[in-house]
Amino acid sequence: MCGIVGLFLKNPALEPALGAHLAGMLGVLSDRGPDSAGFAVYGAGEPDHVKLTLRMTGAGDSRPFVEAFAAEIRMPVQVTQRRTHLVISVPSDMAEPAARAIAARPDELQVVGTGRRMELYKEVGLPTRVAEDFGLAAMAGTHGIGHTRMATESAVTTAGAHPFSTGPDQCLVHNGSLSNHNNVRRVLLREGIAFATENDSEVAAGYLTWRMREGASLGEALEAALSDLDGFYTFVVGTESGFAVLRDPISCKPAVMAETDDYVAFGSEYRALAGLPGIEAAHLFEPEPATVYAWQRH
Amino acid sequence: MPVVDLAATSRRALNAMLHALPPDTNETHWQVANPEGGHAIAAGLDAPVTVEIRGHVGYYCGGMNKRATIVVDGNAGTGVAENMMSGEIRVKGDASQSAGATGRGGLLVIEGSAAARCGISMKGIDIVVKGSIGPMSAFMAQRGNLVVFGDAGETLGDSIYEARLFVRGAVKSLGADCVEKAMGAEERGLLAGLLQRAGLYGAASPDEFRLYGSARRLYHFHVDNADAY
Repeated sequence: MCGIVGLFLKNPALEPALGAHLAGMLGVLSDRGPDSAGFAVYGAGEPDHVKLTLRMTGAGDSRPFVEAFAAEIRMPVQVTQRRTHLVISVPSDMAEPAARAIAARPDELQVVGTGRRMELYKEVGLPTRVAEDFGLAAMAGTHGIGHTRMATESAVTTAGAHPFSTGPDQCLVHNGSLSNHNNVRRVLLREGIAFATENDSEVAAGYLTWRMREGASLGEALEAALSDLDGFYTFVVGTESGFAVLRDPISCKPAVMAETDDYVAFGSEYRALAGLPGIEAAHLFEPEPATVYAWQRH
Repeated sequence: MPVVDLAATSRRALNAMLHALPPDTNETHWQVANPEGGHAIAAGLDAPVTVEIRGHVGYYCGGMNKRATIVVDGNAGTGVAENMMSGEIRVKGDASQSAGATGRGGLLVIEGSAAARCGISMKGIDIVVKGSIGPMSAFMAQRGNLVVFGDAGETLGDSIYEARLFVRGAVKSLGADCVEKAMGAEERGLLAGLLQRAGLYGAASPDEFRLYGSARRLYHFHVDNADAY
């Protein structure tokens, strides 16, 4: 089943409450996906810095590694820990070496997302609890997406939880299942897109990363996905400044959207949107099948 | 008049109260507040009562309805009036996919638009949509009537049996074995009756609609198609 949510703010006055709204939306959709949950939030970014969201995969404390790494690059590294995840902020030119150093320690740390503004958290457990553990309600930002997972095709693991991020400040949540993901993955591997799991949804994320790397806009990448990705899907996608929704041509998976002067919101069901401010007067609609909906911050 | 606030009372408790009503109940008019998109609200009713729901409902509202009149003053989620037997369900806003699916009787009126698969596998229900309907509507529709004031999406009436589809606007495409048919006096009279029952008589003339139905070419196995199996 799975539940997905997304919130894209037009009115900056709502930014301090982004996480609180997103947490409420995720909580409501717990019964569509009680196995695991995850979310990505586009918050503040520091100039010339990149944020790496790391999941601590080992039992030990990974902070000594981060401190050693800071000493190695002779730069202060800001670390924020939220339960099993660390967010480290490094100067942009140090992002590559940092990622390499982390990749050398797969038993301790795994990069789940990188970007100027994006932070990404996911974990097994009831979505309400996952959101609480990571302190989502207190997070501020311009937009965010989230997912509640009911695993049907693969194990309930943190690695199988959404969102998936395959490029800087890019993330995707998916309700559905793709049928040609193995073929598409092989093509993308040749194009230099890296995958951390065998998950079909990660392939969708990688596909969009590849298209955008080749010069497509987010909307154009999703248009192309309509002919290259086969299966059932409702996708909600975030980039540093964009937010987009796409449903497969037979609209197999549910989707409801609300738009006001203040925000654009997505939910698998209306229930997830019912608590948003001004929802009574919002323009409510179901996205049409095989139609790209994209919004951009200016 | 009982008013049930779903912010304070569970949906199970509401449905249990409605299911317990005897056929000769004096509590014939109910109001439901704060539905907030909840599922299966007023599903499985079997009493001549009216239930007014103030707000948006989730999946399967009024499913399996018998005799009751249900009014949704908002939008409805997936499968409103699914497998309705009799009675009337009126949605004042839009309906999500599979509205009236497999319905066997009664009248479903959607004053807004309906999404994909409206009237899928309908078996005798009458559905009147004042707006438009989405793709794959009336798929395998067996019996009953679907009236659409607006447009119909792709593959209308694919593999249709004996349901009648009246569409006033444009049909994006017809599904396999669905064809336009000539509308005679009988169908015009039937349509006028449906508009009357839906409270929409005068909103459009039956002459503005076109009729679609089954070409009856898919009813039986045809040996020329053996290779397709």
